[in-house]
This record gives sequence, structure tokens and C-alpha cells, in this order.
Amino acid sequence: MLAHGGSHGTGAAAATWLLPVLVAAVLAAGYLAGVVRLRGSGRGWSRGRTASFLLGTGLISAALSPAVDAGTAGGHMAQHLLLGMFAPIALVLGAPVTLLLAGLPVSARRPVAVLLRSRALHALSHVATAAVLSVGGLYLLYLTPLYALSARSEVVHHLVHLHFLLAGYLFAWAVAGPDPAPRRPGMAVRLAVVVVAGGLHAFLAKLLYSRAPVLPVGGGHDAAEVEAAAQVMYYGGHVADLLLLVALFAAWYRRTGRSLAREATSAPSTPAAV
Amino acid sequence: MTDTAPRQVAADRRRSVWTGTMLGIAIMAAADEIVFHQILSWHHFYDRSTPDISLLSDGLLQTAYLVLLVAGFFWFADLRRRGTLARRSAWGGFVLGLGIFHLFDGIVDHKLLDLHEIRYGVDVLPYDLAWNGVALVLLAVGAIMLWRSRDEGPAGADRR
Repeated sequence: MLAHGGSHGTGAAAATWLLPVLVAAVLAAGYLAGVVRLRGSGRGWSRGRTASFLLGTGLISAALSPAVDAGTAGGHMAQHLLLGMFAPIALVLGAPVTLLLAGLPVSARRPVAVLLRSRALHALSHVATAAVLSVGGLYLLYLTPLYALSARSEVVHHLVHLHFLLAGYLFAWAVAGPDPAPRRPGMAVRLAVVVVAGGLHAFLAKLLYSRAPVLPVGGGHDAAEVEAAAQVMYYGGHVADLLLLVALFAAWYRRTGRSLAREATSAPSTPAAV
Repeated sequence: MTDTAPRQVAADRRRSVWTGTMLGIAIMAAADEIVFHQILSWHHFYDRSTPDISLLSDGLLQTAYLVLLVAGFFWFADLRRRGTLARRSAWGGFVLGLGIFHLFDGIVDHKLLDLHEIRYGVDVLPYDLAWNGVALVLLAVGAIMLWRSRDEGPAGADRR
């Protein structure tokens, strides 16, 4: 409602855009600096990872650009899919923590390693925690007055975006990330959480659809608009889940391939045990 | 499929059947979405009479199909890489999987969960009969294919 302000609304949207673009630019610059540093010391870094991370920062900027009209239910939903699901997957596949650890001098690696081994991070980065933060946050946003509040307050709006980006990052990292995660649960647990999280995401989308005249609380959108947004949420969520699952299984495939290769070199005459 | 690798490794029939079945279920689920929801628009995204608990079950099932699709694809690639794919068994599992999804969709989704009917504004009985009839045919064909591929060896069989 507030963003339907015509031309001066666009100007305000551009001003609001500045902060996230700045954050995305700093992330991209930091990553590129790390890659340059690593290459300078004679070590390689995958171009695919670099491209993926830059795509992630690009998606953050695109999601919050004035081109996406956050005043409409559909624009709002597109933002949440891009920030909470697609950008995090791209960022995680860039393996920024691995890059950081490789680029740091040995003395500076220790604090990072301590952090990675801390109990608090284990709890926070557990795939179930990440799923609750990510999908639970969506339930709070769409079923409580938080949605109306975030439309009124610029600060709350930014915080909501930051929350979805971070929670989405944690989730993608916990499920599939090439970055090391201490005590990452096995495939079965991760897959089960993906199914539950994806199922609850799809369920919320259909709840929004079925109660389009009254949801999101205080949204003030007309029902047809919310129905369209709910379909974007439903199918967009499936596409993001598909990408995440491909990342997860591709990592498994490469891992298994490496151990197959080791078996083949260590015992060339014995067929691989199944 | 090239058969150039020397057959030293026993075909992993059990895993081949599972992989085929997973892919069959997932691909039929995808086809249902594409053909009946999107192209024909016979199925509805939301049926006004559907209870919430059914919507939740459906959300979980749809995500599970995505897992089957991706897991099946990578397991298939893994079996080929190892040279342990039992090809006819995998095809049998695939057709069985098509039938499993189709029957499940016809009985559980359309009737028990009451998600949506096959088509609206018509007498739905012939559609239901045809739908579940197709499912039974697929199941029967899959079962026959699996029976006829049993020479590819049971699970963990010695090399053949």
C-alpha cells in the first residue's frame, strides 16, 4: 500500500535499495579479494564457485531492486524466494568459508576453527534449527501482524530480509554446502528435514491461497493478487528445493567417485564391494 | 548403453530395481503436474473442499517426489559408473513405479485426501475408473517385467 506512491515512491525505493546493494557489493568484493589473494600465492580456486557466489550477491541486489515492486503481494513473495532460497544456495555453493580459511594465515585460522567447533554454532547450524528459522520465519511473517509491521517500518523490513537471507544460508549450508560443517548429520536426516521443510513451505503457500481474502494479516492486498503470489511461492519453493537437492546429491556423487577411484588404485584386481 | 566394460562386477539388481522404481514414481508425479495441472488444467491447484491436513500431506509428498527424482537420477548414474546396473530390472522397476504413483494418486490423493478430482464439471466416475485402470495395467506390466528380468540376479548375487 505504502509503496504504491507513484514516482516519488520509486525514488524512495531506490534509496532503500542502497543498503542491500552496498552489503552485496562488500560481500562480492571480499570474496574476489580472497580469490585474488589465493591465486597470488599460487593456489587455484574454482571459477564455478566464484561465479556462483557472485550470482548470489547479484540475486540479493536484484531481489531488492526497485524493479521488484515490494508493495504487491507477488513482488513481496519474489523477494522472499530470491533472498531466502535462491541467493543462499548460490552463495553457499561459492564455499566462502573454505576460501576464507585457505586465504588466512595459519595464526588467524585458529579463531575461525574455534568458532566452527563451538557448541553454539553446532546447535545453530544444525539442519533442523536452520529449517525452523527459515520456514518458521515465513509462518510468522505471513500469519502474524509482522507482515503489516514490516510494510510500515523500514527497519523491520530490512531485518526481515536479513533474517531470511541468513536463515536460508544456514539451511543451504547445513543441507548441501561444500563448506565444512562440524557434525553435519547424515544424508537420511538431512533429506528428512528437506522433505519436512519443503512440505511446510508448500503447505503455507496453499494456506495463503485458500485464505487469500484474509492473509497475509493486514496485508491489504486483494485476493487474486495473494492467490498469484501463493502459486509463485509454491512452485518457486519446489524449484529451489530441486536445486538444493541436486547440490546435495552432486556432492555425494563426487564423494563416492573419489572413494571408488581410491579403491580402484589400491586394489585394481578386486571388484568394488557394494 | 555401452557394454564395453568387462563384466567382472555383479549386477546390483536390488539397487537397480529401487532406482528404477524411484524414478518411475517421481517422473509420473512430474508428468501429473505438467499434463493434468498445467497443460490440461483438469486438476485444480486448490479445491475449495480440501481440508488443511490434506494440503499438508500433499506438501510433504510433493517434496518427497523431488527427493526421489534427484536421488533416483544420481543413483542411476552411480550404478552405471560402477557397471552394476541391471538394465531390464531397472526398467521393470521404472514401469512399476509409474503404476505405484498413478494408483496412489488415484486412490489417496483424489479420494482419501480429497485434494482435487481428475476433472471438474463432468461425471467423474468414468475418469476415476480409467485412471485407476491405467494404474493397474502399469503395475501388472511392471511386475511381469521384473519377473522376466530375475535372471539378472538377486540382491548381492555372485558375478554372472
